[in-house]
Amino acid sequence: MFSQTHSLQDMRQQAAVAAKVFIQRDYTNGTVCQFQTKFPSELETRIDKQQFEETVRTLNNLYAEAEKLGSQSYIEGCLACLTAYTIFLCMETHYEKVLKKIAKYIQEQNDKIYAPRGLLLTDPIERGLRVIEIAIFEDRSLTR
Amino acid sequence: MQNCEYQQIDPQALPTPTPTPPPHHGHDGDKTEEPRRPRRKWEVFPGKNRFYCNGRIMLARQSGILPLTLALILVTSGLFFIFDCPFLVKHLTSCIPVIGGVLFVFVITTLLRTSFTDPGILPRATPDEAADIEKQIDNTGNASYRPPPRTKEVLINQQVVKLKYCFTCKMFRPPRTSHCSLCDNCVERFDHHCPWVGNCVGKRNYRFFYTFIVSLSFLTAFIFGCVTTHLALRAQGGRGLVFALQESPGSAVELVICFFSVWSILGLSGFHTYLVASNLTTNEDIKGSWSGKSGEDVTNPYSQKNIFINCCSVLCGPMPPSLIDRRGFLPSEDSAQPGSADIELPPLATKSEINACTQGTKGLLESATLSPLLSASCPQGKPQTAQTCPDNGSAVNSGPSPQLSTSCGVRHPAGSTGDRSSLHHTRTRSKKSKRAALHIPNPAFDVPVSPTSPDTDPSFKAGGHKGAGFTPLH
Repeated sequence: MFSQTHSLQDMRQQAAVAAKVFIQRDYTNGTVCQFQTKFPSELETRIDKQQFEETVRTLNNLYAEAEKLGSQSYIEGCLACLTAYTIFLCMETHYEKVLKKIAKYIQEQNDKIYAPRGLLLTDPIERGLRVIEIAIFEDRSLTR
Repeated sequence: MQNCEYQQIDPQALPTPTPTPPPHHGHDGDKTEEPRRPRRKWEVFPGKNRFYCNGRIMLARQSGILPLTLALILVTSGLFFIFDCPFLVKHLTSCIPVIGGVLFVFVITTLLRTSFTDPGILPRATPDEAADIEKQIDNTGNASYRPPPRTKEVLINQQVVKLKYCFTCKMFRPPRTSHCSLCDNCVERFDHHCPWVGNCVGKRNYRFFYTFIVSLSFLTAFIFGCVTTHLALRAQGGRGLVFALQESPGSAVELVICFFSVWSILGLSGFHTYLVASNLTTNEDIKGSWSGKSGEDVTNPYSQKNIFINCCSVLCGPMPPSLIDRRGFLPSEDSAQPGSADIELPPLATKSEINACTQGTKGLLESATLSPLLSASCPQGKPQTAQTCPDNGSAVNSGPSPQLSTSCGVRHPAGSTGDRSSLHHTRTRSKKSKRAALHIPNPAFDVPVSPTSPDTDPSFKAGGHKGAGFTPLH
């Protein structure tokens, strides 16, 4: 992991960001956090559509899981209410747990799929859950 | 390593690597303390909020009535425990102070949670995002005059909803989001700005607010009932009310306060119960967004059509995280460089590009990842120097804190200048109106395209970093 980190660093030091693509939110189901799966034209030369859509769909599913209104969230909510919400000060919420999963997934995707193609996904939480930012690096020889 | 002016500190003790100014005396494996301490993101937060406890607690800038609210509650409850409880415990039951105590704890806790929690503030768009959106919008207007308001329509559950473009935050507002002009932030699921709690009420703190007003109505009604019982018991035997009041003067104060507040608080609780049951916000209710006043057949697209499910989803739904990373450290670049002009003007991009060349890659990589938290994984934790950039795509995961937020967006200099006078007027106006009416948002507060922002926008030196965002788009 460490050596891989440094090799990715080197790659980025050689490459400059040629463009950034922003995948916007998809509000057709309301205010839940979902991103559009439309394949942006700038990525056509870099990655296949299937791969990209798979990534976005998985992210959408993970966010849906975080915001799901299920028995777990109800129990958490009721318990929190009974303790005058002080429980949130010591307990990690379900949403936060899923966010960690998402961060790990994005890191994995970057390592395995996107970085080798000169792309970099940014975790949407760093952009206020507004967009998925994909940085496209210039197509130099990245494999050195 | 002759860095005599720096204090040698243990890198392990640092939560993040300290930012280095560019003319550094070379970097070593062992990072030394900077003369300038590392700044956290809350220090350069662009909205009008105040932060305490190093970013853990936040309030609106104008929290004038919150002390009054606290004082009223504390005084009334204090008088209750001092004057009424002893008598009632003796003559009735000792459950009374227990119930009173529980309600009081609930009220104070939820009030503080409402006031100090981030209501669901959306961080402002990074320069890259803003430029991208600008590109997509047909901008044929002259750069020096503000283009007409932009809207985007989306279909939500077969209902057409218009999304407005926020000129201050430089993004299309998600549905149900509104820009609070008092706090100068876009807030998700914006309900209203409540002066009594000194904060906006939005997605993240609505449940606290609701619990606060419900428990406060119980507490007020309870105290009112107990005081009345107390005075009635004392006045028994033909001794009269005046005698009772003389014996227990505190009760008179409580009676007055409770009598005047119980109606408005009960009314407010009832109103918000209706809102919760129909999954509406105060903002939407006031504007009549879904009431079909324009004659069209509109229904609330967010409602689940079932009162119970609506209540559960609003009050017991998952707790969303804060999107503004208040306690994160700023990445290496100099924050708050007020020199850059409005990023919407394309001609400036070239000038910025020159700056971006030197800082571009580094800056973008740093803004793409949350560098301070990540560099803990790399012993050479120095995000600044161009040579060793420890932030990299593989380490997007921040690890400890899931509350990552835009590092670029928050880097704007705090406080825009033009708004004060108009805000003062709205605030004094609000103070004079009745308590119940206060919770009804003054339309001036949350005008989506705020009339105050035109003054600030052209002069808004919000381009925090010099063009680190412009490179990639050209």
